Amino acid sequence: MGLWAYIGRRLVLAALVLIMVSIGTFLLSHAVPGDPISAIIGERQADNPEVRAQFERRFGLDKPLPLQYAYYVRNLLRGDLGLSISTRQPVVEDLQQFVPATIELTIAAMIFAITVGVPLGIIAAVRQNRWPDHLTRFIALIGTSVPVFWLGLLFLYVFFYRLRWLPGPGQLDPGMSRPDYVTGMVTVDAILARDWDALRSVLRHMVMPAVVLGSFAMGIVARMLRSSLVAAMSDDYVRTARAKGLVERRVVAGHALRNALIPTVTVLGLTFAGLLTGAVLTETIFSWPGMGQYAVKTAIKLDYPGLLGVTLVIAVTYVLFNLLVDVIYGILDPRIRIS
Amino acid sequence: MASATVQQHSVLLGSGAVLNKRRTPLGDAFRTLRRQPVAMSGFAIICAWLILALLAPILPIQDPNHQDIANRLQPPGPGHIFGTDDLGRDMVSRVIYGARISLPAGIVVILITGTFGCLVGAVAGYIGGWLDNVIMRIADAVLSFPSIILAMSITAASPFKDQRLFNALIAVALVLWPEYARVMRGQVLAIRSNEYVTAAEAIGASRGRVLLRHILPSTDAPIIVKATLDVGAAIVLTAGLSFIGLGAVPPNPEWGAMIKAGADKGTQYWWYAAVPGLAIMSVVMALNFFGDGLRDALDPRRRGR
Repeated sequence: MGLWAYIGRRLVLAALVLIMVSIGTFLLSHAVPGDPISAIIGERQADNPEVRAQFERRFGLDKPLPLQYAYYVRNLLRGDLGLSISTRQPVVEDLQQFVPATIELTIAAMIFAITVGVPLGIIAAVRQNRWPDHLTRFIALIGTSVPVFWLGLLFLYVFFYRLRWLPGPGQLDPGMSRPDYVTGMVTVDAILARDWDALRSVLRHMVMPAVVLGSFAMGIVARMLRSSLVAAMSDDYVRTARAKGLVERRVVAGHALRNALIPTVTVLGLTFAGLLTGAVLTETIFSWPGMGQYAVKTAIKLDYPGLLGVTLVIAVTYVLFNLLVDVIYGILDPRIRIS
Repeated sequence: MASATVQQHSVLLGSGAVLNKRRTPLGDAFRTLRRQPVAMSGFAIICAWLILALLAPILPIQDPNHQDIANRLQPPGPGHIFGTDDLGRDMVSRVIYGARISLPAGIVVILITGTFGCLVGAVAGYIGGWLDNVIMRIADAVLSFPSIILAMSITAASPFKDQRLFNALIAVALVLWPEYARVMRGQVLAIRSNEYVTAAEAIGASRGRVLLRHILPSTDAPIIVKATLDVGAAIVLTAGLSFIGLGAVPPNPEWGAMIKAGADKGTQYWWYAAVPGLAIMSVVMALNFFGDGLRDALDPRRRGR
């Protein structure tokens, strides 16, 4: 199969999954217990059959379910996700406000996971079965075993409450005003506004949530890289590289690591969903004004349009991310395209 | 003619089984496992928790709901090794009684969701065609939701408003089945092309019989390892749902709900959230140790590495 055919197939699959996702969210929104009409126009108005019928006609609720789904998809494609019950704003506006903070935090967590996880994995593989290996495996194991919300509380206690090294929950120091909204990401907006105090503050506030959120992905990256690097180190081409007299450093960095990184890249793409899951809990603990916090708020208040909006955004991101990983993988490793 | 061949085949298989009686793959695996101190310590920790949970009513500990307001929020010390909570209840007793909720919940959820996922995946892999496509695309769609968001939607939409822990468990089960379906489907696809499956089909065995009697018994290790590791994941996910207020509610001593109660009290009462957190961590780490050991033991290529 050629590269383009492979990408085309992946695109079709992704589209199919997205259709399933939209059916899922549509059905979930219909499974909500309670009466959406009385929630919007009030109990007394909803008891009046004439008003009710008029309302149902206006919002297409008298139509058969498949037709309602068609309306739903049409609205989705127009970017209309309905009105949030808890904030009384269009869900799209809510999301525009909350999504950038999550993107910012997730990127920071990814950076932590890669910059710490990759060296740990390499050290563990090169010093296989000696103490650096055991230590690394132990750190990675803790990263994957500790519930993220508990790690967050622990960090807050140690680094904020006890040592006072880092600021507590929130995105900026109390009393500090947010730089003007351009991208919604406070770090980027602070740079654009040349507001260095705000930048310093937001970066300091970001350290703890990013480390906590990234710890799981870091553990996965380190363990994955270790095992694929150990396997690569016993391959023939590594022996050839050693035989021609390369220093060990170049054998590892130039030969073994390149091949070992491929599975790690895939796993990293897949842990992205894990990061978004963790973001829900991390944002709750650190009062980070992102999508996760919004999701929790809407779920507790049974604000369906809001929660489904978040669900949809995350599902779409995840599908696109997987598509990207598949494509990159197909480019990196031509063998994948054939199977 | 065909049945004679099959009979001969099964006789051969039978004699093979007799020959291998002393050294079965499973027996080899257990011997390897016994030599791994890390895996065995994980196993011991899990057993210790199960025994504590089982014997909780007859252990010399306080009633987990016994309130003693005079001794509220006592730090760990003599009398209360892990301190007391905001109603003066003993943390040791609450954590042990919490194990009676979190451990069985995690195990039962994985048993149910794992069995369901395996059956669905096996059917998809064996029958193939459009059914396979539909099942696997549904699985993809479920996998594309981050588990906690999907679980949140399900808990919020559930008609049983009072049974919040039950809702959370249903949500966890609905979120985790597709991975089993995937793994199982892959295995069934590989086994389906074996000769003995063709032979069974040739003598007219029904699809159900071929699947249940010939294919499923040949599937193996990865599912068991995955299930072991997932019990920990299920415990953490359930605790996470409780932590954001969508799972177990007080006075239920569920570990996630206890962490939330502790976090709400404030950082100065660190033990309140720390103790149930340590409990979760010890269980999940033990399951990871054991699961990793099991994986190594069941995979002949990894033995001795």
